[in-house]
Amino acid sequence: MYAYDELDRTLINERVSEFRDQVKRRLSGELTEDEFKMLRLQNGVYLQLHAYMFRVAIPYGTLSSKQLRALARVGRRYDRGYGHFTTRQNIQFNWIKLAELPDALADLAEVGIHAMQTSGNNMRNVTSDQWAGVAPGEVEDPRIWSEILRQHTTLHPEFSFLPRKFKIAITASEHDRAAIKVHDIGLRLYKNAEGETGFEVLVGGGLGRTPFIGKTIKPFVHGRDILSYVEAILRVYNQYGRRDNIYKARIKILVHELGIEKFAREVDEEWKQMGDVGLTLDHSVIEEVRSRFSYPAYEKLPHMPDELKQAAHDPLFERWRGNSVFPHKVQGYSIVTISLKPVGAPPGDATSDQMDAVADLADRYSFGEIRVGHEQNLCLPHVAKRDLPQLWKALDRIGLATPNVNLVTDIIACPGLDYCSLANARSIPIAQELTRRFANHDTAELIGRLHINISGCINACGHHHVGHIGILGVEKNGEEFYQITIGGRADEGAQMGTLIGPAIPYAEVADVIEDIVEAYLALRDRPEELFVDAVKRLGVEPFKERVYATR
Amino acid sequence: MPLVKQGRITTDLFVHVADGAELPGDGAILLPAARFLEDAEALLKRAGKVGVIWPNNRDLDDLVPYLGRLAAVALVFPSFRDGRAYSQARLLRERHGFDGELRATGQVLRDQFVFMLRAGFDTFEVKKNSDAEAFASTAKSYSVFYQPTGDGRLTALHRRMQLRHSESAGQ
Repeated sequence: MYAYDELDRTLINERVSEFRDQVKRRLSGELTEDEFKMLRLQNGVYLQLHAYMFRVAIPYGTLSSKQLRALARVGRRYDRGYGHFTTRQNIQFNWIKLAELPDALADLAEVGIHAMQTSGNNMRNVTSDQWAGVAPGEVEDPRIWSEILRQHTTLHPEFSFLPRKFKIAITASEHDRAAIKVHDIGLRLYKNAEGETGFEVLVGGGLGRTPFIGKTIKPFVHGRDILSYVEAILRVYNQYGRRDNIYKARIKILVHELGIEKFAREVDEEWKQMGDVGLTLDHSVIEEVRSRFSYPAYEKLPHMPDELKQAAHDPLFERWRGNSVFPHKVQGYSIVTISLKPVGAPPGDATSDQMDAVADLADRYSFGEIRVGHEQNLCLPHVAKRDLPQLWKALDRIGLATPNVNLVTDIIACPGLDYCSLANARSIPIAQELTRRFANHDTAELIGRLHINISGCINACGHHHVGHIGILGVEKNGEEFYQITIGGRADEGAQMGTLIGPAIPYAEVADVIEDIVEAYLALRDRPEELFVDAVKRLGVEPFKERVYATR
Repeated sequence: MPLVKQGRITTDLFVHVADGAELPGDGAILLPAARFLEDAEALLKRAGKVGVIWPNNRDLDDLVPYLGRLAAVALVFPSFRDGRAYSQARLLRERHGFDGELRATGQVLRDQFVFMLRAGFDTFEVKKNSDAEAFASTAKSYSVFYQPTGDGRLTALHRRMQLRHSESAGQ
């Protein structure tokens, strides 16, 4: 965990006071809605279909139990008793009253949580691997660098009014769980041949209506130079990014229009001219930030404790363990993913009671720490293996032991037309129906790893382009239709899915997905061949044929 | 429109000269960039201070040769959403060492003051009276800053390092 000091706390409190004043001026009419809009967006407040929506940042996906309880409290006190975890390590509350927002922010500030820059045309919440610090084989904990970047990007005096939003993600593992290739800046931490820590820097990735995979702008930037290099990228973007058309304003369009080589030259030129402007991170500075992260005092525990051997006789436990428990870098410990995708429920939602219960379980079994991943699931990062059977029982009691992590029902979905004013179509009911269709765990396990992503409009908050199966809601003559793509992925081999054919009406989506999955089961050359690999080998044709032959 | 300079509402000594309008014989003038560049040397020789209004989509390179002789540069926020002039301001102050008046014009609202001060602006053509009146208190609304800019305010990181240093010195 990162411990805020007096300075961090002061800044958050000052932000709350500023926002309180802004809300007051809006309610008195001193600020027009147009003027207020940008100010509220910079604090994560959207006006949605039914009410204001409030998005709170969970920087690099790390929460303490105390913080999770505070989120639960906000859900209970100011909302309708639940929250929705998003694909960018944020949590959203859907029914907040404007007049109460400053109080909600003040409550969160007490535990070091804020909503700064969770929307608006600025640098958004810096995201990272939810397994940071515990994943076996990781180069080093990427959260140190995430926190350095979080501070640097917070209330930045030059880059708070960019052409468009700007998202940074960091990974330090070979397997990318932070989807860095679909971010405005993606940073892959590694050590070069000299053993120095630095980053491969990618730029211009993103989804939305014009999806791009990020391109490498510099294969290695030394850790000490990462802030100045990011600053150079932002400065070029701030000056030359398009502002004439909101749909062409992201950095990916600038990179695309200039070409990565020319863009890279511009950034290099700026970086050179910048010289030493106090952004170089010397060793002591990095260590200062590192020193404020605390790590659990792990015990020396056996690899295979008796408790686990005994529990292995219970097939239900074994099913959950096989699905939701992952190797930890320390012997005797595990990483546990908590699925927020129970059958029939909106993906990523958790009730305040569940949040409180998870906070209690984190205190008991995970050194008080919880993580949030972009797949809209939670994670307990330090669970002693001997505690797994107890934890499983406790999770099951609160409806959070669905053994479907990474399976077909572990669906990523945006709020869609049920909440969102931008959406063309509903996402949540599609996800709910699919979880019912594939509710049988034996079937889901037989199918294996399969990521379904659903977006209710082209803005792609559900990351449909990079789903193994992507479902995109569109509007056709006032009806909800859905385009289906297959073969996308968001990891280190990121690529966009391919459209299989004409859009299909709402009522047929679940049937079509079942057809695609059945086609895969018939076509895969062995059970280990994942859906996404079968699509790669076979192309979309056989799936297309299956779906449209009878339609 | 009230002018805030050095933290106080004050009378604007500069006259905005529109394109095509006649130049006053003396006194301080603020000129559009194109008009200034047409006849820069002659304009800089006239009695009275000269300032230039520089658009936010024009490279600063054309302005840099004259900076030492300009009394003021006014940068433009056509809308408060358009943040290009923040970069220009920092470049003028931090890279090109401009130490004359740096003025924010256009849609200048209260909620930008702190960012603008940090970017190097010292003079503000404020849209609303109530915002201009609130300048001094708004400027003090933050005491912690994460990024180093040319405004000399210590960053959180610096303060932490100093604290750490003094703690270890005291042991």
